[in-house]
Amino acid sequence: MSTSKRGFVESLWEFFCSLKLSIVLLIGLALTSIIGTVVPQGNIPPEYLQTISEAKFKLYQSLSFFDMYHSWWFMLLLYLLTVNLVACSIKRLPRVWKMVSEPQLVMEDGLEKSLANTYEFKVSGDEAAQKEKLKGFLRAEMGEPVVTEKDGATHIFVQKNPWCRLGVYVVHLSIIVIFVGALIGSFFGYKAFVNIVEGTSVDTVFTQKEKPIKLDFAVMCENFSVSYYNTGAPKEFKSILTVLENGQPVKGYEKIPVIVNDPLTYKGITFYQSSYGQAGEGAAYHFNLRRRGGGEAVHLDLKKGEAATLPNGAKLEVLESTQDVRQFMPEFSGPAAKVSLTSPGKAPESFVVFKNHPEIEEQRGGDVFIQYLGADEKLYTGLQVAKDPGVWVVWSGCALMVIGIIMAFFMSHNRVWIRISGGRAVMGGTASKNPAAFEQKFESLVEKLKKL
Amino acid sequence: MTSSMLFNATTFLFLISTILFIAFLATRSSQVGLSASITAFLGWGVETVAIILRWKESYDMGHGHAPLSNLYESVVFFAWTIILIYGIIELKYKYRVVGAFVLPFALFGMAWAQLGLHSGIEPLVPALQSNWLLYHVITCFLGYAAFAVACGISIMYLIKAKAEGDSSDASAGGVIGMFPSIRVLDDLNYKAIMIGFPLLTLGIVTGAAWANYAWGTYWSWDPKETWSLIVWFVYAAFLHARITRGWVGKRAAWLSIIGFAATIFCYLGVNLFLSGLHSYGGGR
Repeated sequence: MSTSKRGFVESLWEFFCSLKLSIVLLIGLALTSIIGTVVPQGNIPPEYLQTISEAKFKLYQSLSFFDMYHSWWFMLLLYLLTVNLVACSIKRLPRVWKMVSEPQLVMEDGLEKSLANTYEFKVSGDEAAQKEKLKGFLRAEMGEPVVTEKDGATHIFVQKNPWCRLGVYVVHLSIIVIFVGALIGSFFGYKAFVNIVEGTSVDTVFTQKEKPIKLDFAVMCENFSVSYYNTGAPKEFKSILTVLENGQPVKGYEKIPVIVNDPLTYKGITFYQSSYGQAGEGAAYHFNLRRRGGGEAVHLDLKKGEAATLPNGAKLEVLESTQDVRQFMPEFSGPAAKVSLTSPGKAPESFVVFKNHPEIEEQRGGDVFIQYLGADEKLYTGLQVAKDPGVWVVWSGCALMVIGIIMAFFMSHNRVWIRISGGRAVMGGTASKNPAAFEQKFESLVEKLKKL
Repeated sequence: MTSSMLFNATTFLFLISTILFIAFLATRSSQVGLSASITAFLGWGVETVAIILRWKESYDMGHGHAPLSNLYESVVFFAWTIILIYGIIELKYKYRVVGAFVLPFALFGMAWAQLGLHSGIEPLVPALQSNWLLYHVITCFLGYAAFAVACGISIMYLIKAKAEGDSSDASAGGVIGMFPSIRVLDDLNYKAIMIGFPLLTLGIVTGAAWANYAWGTYWSWDPKETWSLIVWFVYAAFLHARITRGWVGKRAAWLSIIGFAATIFCYLGVNLFLSGLHSYGGGR
């Protein structure tokens, strides 16, 4: 009974240590990840629902395809990969660690035969002086040598970059560090969203599931603006934000401009420019009206959604408005409003009036000249709000991964021995990577040795 | 002289180089091979000037930015990186014939960009106004280019392995006789991926850093992010396959080709077929 139990544990261990499992898991993760790029994740658009049948929808839902990267089976694959790489590292690390911490100082016959690069030469004259000379030679070429006397022979050993053999394990460790960082973020951080109307402040933000989160400070939006390129494409979205503690502005956090790619961070919570819109309520439009061909101008304030009756009986209404018309009509700039004018007994006509371009209204003709003065319409800024205390752990993991990959890919553990006994010497060398390049290096060592 | 004229000259030089490489395969003349390489590197030099000139032209238009902001510019840069990585591998390992299987990728990219893509210089949308753009795009595309070179080498591997399997006399094939041995091709494939994998890793990390800086999330399972991770998984599998018995040789070559197919889908397919944060030339 106990032997079969041990057999089971052992075969389980072997299973988790296997490289084939790593390959299968990596390919499995690659294949399953495709699903989430084809099937919509999170909020499913109604247009998508119409394209799939009820049965398919239920099947997808039961398999968590609509949130697959957080599904139990995708998590299981990631956990299996973690266990696999930990097991592989535990199994192989001790041997590699021994190689790094206790290098083989002595080149015996067996080792010599296994080396691809060897060179035999005569040592004449005073042996002690020759040993010093060879030691100095290796020191100059590769680094500090270690001398060992064994069985009447002298072994001089020198190595370069032994720790680069640990690169693979540094990469494995970095993946675990990144996972830990991600877990910290998911337990202790959040992603939220908030809209702030110009001139107002908020102290509560909302997660994707509309859950409110109260901050222990408030954020005020002093102003929001959009600027445009000549082509009409947006150039910059800018919110001017002030942080308030107990209703008072915080020093150093007053009137901070926040644009896309340049967020504001306060007390570990970061605000990112994300969207904007018109606050809508309470907006008022201002006009000067006069009869064509002379007469006094009459001022008119018009609320959104209301129609005004002009002295000549016509009705004026604002249909839509913008603070900068350039995004819709690149040849014009500044505020503009689309209005509807209904003269008595006539069909309604709609046209655009521009604050900066009265000449357009000049050309329109008609009974009344409408001068648009602009609106005191308020905008709101949409800010993404994030708190992630695990992000620095993730970055350390990323840095570790890059360092590990450089160690594992671009550095080679080079070892050279010289054994001297009875007037003869043998130099042998080996490298953990790129044997062709090491062969050249070894040949140049031999050339220099001949000239010694 | 405008950058667009120089890009046309580049396309022409890559075409001549591709033809010379095919002639090299047929004639086995080392002089033809040398002229094929020189033409390719000349084209690369002209393209380098063209990219710098386009950069300058964008400043002259008043909204200066690195020429890496839309599909046209990225395809042109991809062709540039492919020749760069090929040049490094040729100069280091001296297997010129590999160019015959790599130049067509660069030629195809340039021809597509010049004939089929909108080449106007557009001002940068707010989402792309960041220095991260430069680091992210350069690392990603150098990685992609190394995978393109590895894919070309893997195709050579499969052709050579098939020819050797078909005929008992390995030295029989005329054109194939030019190829390095399958052992060398397997090794070159590995070396190209050893260049590409660290660069892809850096590309993903810089992308995550940028996303965190701009949007507050380093990873959001956006299709582009996911596909870059898929590519990373495939090449990670390749690297582990190298040290596993039974997975070297043909299977490794196929993994390399599948990896490059995934790379191309990550680069182009995601933009053409899926929606997400990386709509080149558009906004977010």
